[in-house]
Amino acid sequence: MRRTRLSPASLGPRDVLHVGSAGLRTRPMRVVLSALGIAIGIATMIAVVGISASSKAQLLQKLDALGTNMLVASPGQGLFGEEVKLPKEAPGMVGRIDGVQQVGATGDLPQAVRRSEKIPADESGGITLKAADEGLLKVLRGAMASGTWLNDANGRYPSVVLGHISAERLGITEPGRQVYIDGRYFTVVGILGPLPLAPEIERSALVGWSAAGKLLGFDGHPTSIYERSTDASVRGVRDLIPRTVDPENPRNVQVTDPSSALQAKAATEGAFTNLLLGLGGVALLVGGVGVANTMIISVLERRHEIGLRRSMGATRGQIRIQFVTESLLLSGLGGIAGIVLGAAATYVFAASGGMPWVVPLWAVGGGFGATLVIGTIAGLYPAVRAARLSPTLALQAV
Amino acid sequence: MSSGTTDGAVPGPADPGTCPTGHAAGPVGTGYAVDPAGTGHAGGLPGHFAGASDGFTGAPEHVVELAGVTKEYPGGVAALRGVDLRVARAELLAIVGPSGSGKSTLLHIIGTLDRPTAGSVTIAGHDIATLTDRRLSALRAQHIGFVFQSFHLVPGISAQDNVAEGLLYSGLPRAERRRRAAVALDRVGLADRMAHRPHELSGGQKQRVAIARAVVGEPDLLLADEPTGALDSASGEAVMALLHDLNKEGATIAVITHDSEIAAELPRQVRIRDGQVVADEGRAAPTGKRRAPGTGHPGIRSAER
Ligand SMILES: Nc1ncnc2c1ncn2[C@@H]1O[C@H](COP(=O)(O)OP(=O)(O)O)[C@@H](O)[C@H]1O
Ligand SMILES: [Mg+2]
Repeated sequence: MRRTRLSPASLGPRDVLHVGSAGLRTRPMRVVLSALGIAIGIATMIAVVGISASSKAQLLQKLDALGTNMLVASPGQGLFGEEVKLPKEAPGMVGRIDGVQQVGATGDLPQAVRRSEKIPADESGGITLKAADEGLLKVLRGAMASGTWLNDANGRYPSVVLGHISAERLGITEPGRQVYIDGRYFTVVGILGPLPLAPEIERSALVGWSAAGKLLGFDGHPTSIYERSTDASVRGVRDLIPRTVDPENPRNVQVTDPSSALQAKAATEGAFTNLLLGLGGVALLVGGVGVANTMIISVLERRHEIGLRRSMGATRGQIRIQFVTESLLLSGLGGIAGIVLGAAATYVFAASGGMPWVVPLWAVGGGFGATLVIGTIAGLYPAVRAARLSPTLALQAV
Repeated sequence: MSSGTTDGAVPGPADPGTCPTGHAAGPVGTGYAVDPAGTGHAGGLPGHFAGASDGFTGAPEHVVELAGVTKEYPGGVAALRGVDLRVARAELLAIVGPSGSGKSTLLHIIGTLDRPTAGSVTIAGHDIATLTDRRLSALRAQHIGFVFQSFHLVPGISAQDNVAEGLLYSGLPRAERRRRAAVALDRVGLADRMAHRPHELSGGQKQRVAIARAVVGEPDLLLADEPTGALDSASGEAVMALLHDLNKEGATIAVITHDSEIAAELPRQVRIRDGQVVADEGRAAPTGKRRAPGTGHPGIRSAER
């Protein structure tokens, strides 16, 4: 009957923490060194995830600014591969579709753009010449890097606006310079800023719609119609454009969403980081082995303490939990240090790249969870060994 | 790993007349009859033995009862060969013998740190052959205190915290553990060394801290293995004087020593040689006779209850 009362008292959480940290408090240097491996592993993983999340956030921010409500209509392939053209009235028709707010158009021209007549015509430098209507800049949400956009006034004489890449290729940094097109010098009236949604415009030289007709033989058929609608109507507009522009052959009209490429990029951002994540994982694993090693040494060194605790009434389970706790504390400290380091590295990277600082919570939680799993695994074997130690052997003087 | 006791039928001290040893034919369980009120606690230290009775009101007369205890180590070394030993409550005895005679082995078995390969061991009324490792741990936590030759203090923590560790597995809250540790340190004369860490203490002081740690839980039995072995003679004497004092306050103490001089100062000497008890001196009425507790032993207070 009295045997039933002979049951060991359980240790409270504070006491578990107390005995689990006892070994660490007396050996701070070893704690630092063995937690370092875990810290490096976690820091790597947090930084990799954080940096890719930050650049993704930046991309999404950019996408947000550019809007995902712009569509581009262009001529498709004819049924027999013949060249098809969009009707001249197409921009106006698109503008009348429900939900469409802005419309702009460009029409491709065959002529080369050169710095001067001395440069051979076939050295176009990859710059295409386009006729552009006035609405284009607004639809693209573009801005002028310098100078002015095409308008009625400068459209009366040979004027051209350069995309920023064409300006660079032509070596033109400011308006007022001239370029040679189709036997005539055109004055550069403006240089566009970057247009992430319309990289083809960045590589173009733009001439006013009517000037192109008068000076360059433009037939007035648009090759690209840019339109922006309300966010809600994007899908509907997309379906309506081909039927509106060419009711007889809607298949001849191709509609694309230039933001989809950016969206896809944002979605896949971070895919390349798998290798780095793997490296972080390896570091983490090595860190775990380091912790296990430290724990085994700790158990060997503290044989007397184990024997003493057993003599004072500690059960095997209490010895086990002491060393598992120690291991958890060790790896947990490494994990926290790693999270702080990784977040700091992400901050430095994000700040230097002008990105928002994003450290995903799931990465922090996952990283910390991983350290706890590692701590348990690393500590389990040494702890079991400590618990199995015969108290009498543990207490032996040597 | 549980020992193959030769007399596994021994149900414990509550069953008189089955003691197979012939060494003490008297009923083992007389303690119950003599001390029915269950106040057999000698209350020297505050609250002495409180909570140690483990669910029964009477305390067994004998804290330690070994019958035919044999311990063979793997490889065939018989460290103990048929040891019979009884230790009454509030006794102070020496287990004395030359090096290698099996003293430490005996202490480990009395302390339930190890099990015999044959024979029965009953500590504070519990037949240890019937107890799991968990229950043995609880038995040690509640009933036994150890003092070691090499102190085994935890480095880097204060004397008070070292003593409080002695209560860690008792289930008492931390504040109470520390409070009792302070009382115990005061008891061993180290009230002014509470905050000192082991490396700031002399050998004798360390051993007194270790003794405080062993008695802070008010165990039924204090086991000291060569407690003066690592001390100079003056410190050793102080430690022995402390053990005497604790005994006068009611503690049951077994001191293991190879030093006959130290042993001679204790009321009872159990001489051991080659794993056998060769003499048991200073013990009144060692066999056959009923003996009222608290009599016939110097050092046991007559007004025990
Ligand atoms: N773990 C062990 N394994 C094998 N033999 C042991 C072990 N412990 C003690 N012995 C042997 O048992 C005998 C008694 O040892 P011990 O109890 O330590 O003696 P004492 O404490 O009196 O010096 C010795 O011969 C010793 O070699
Ligand atoms: Mg010994």
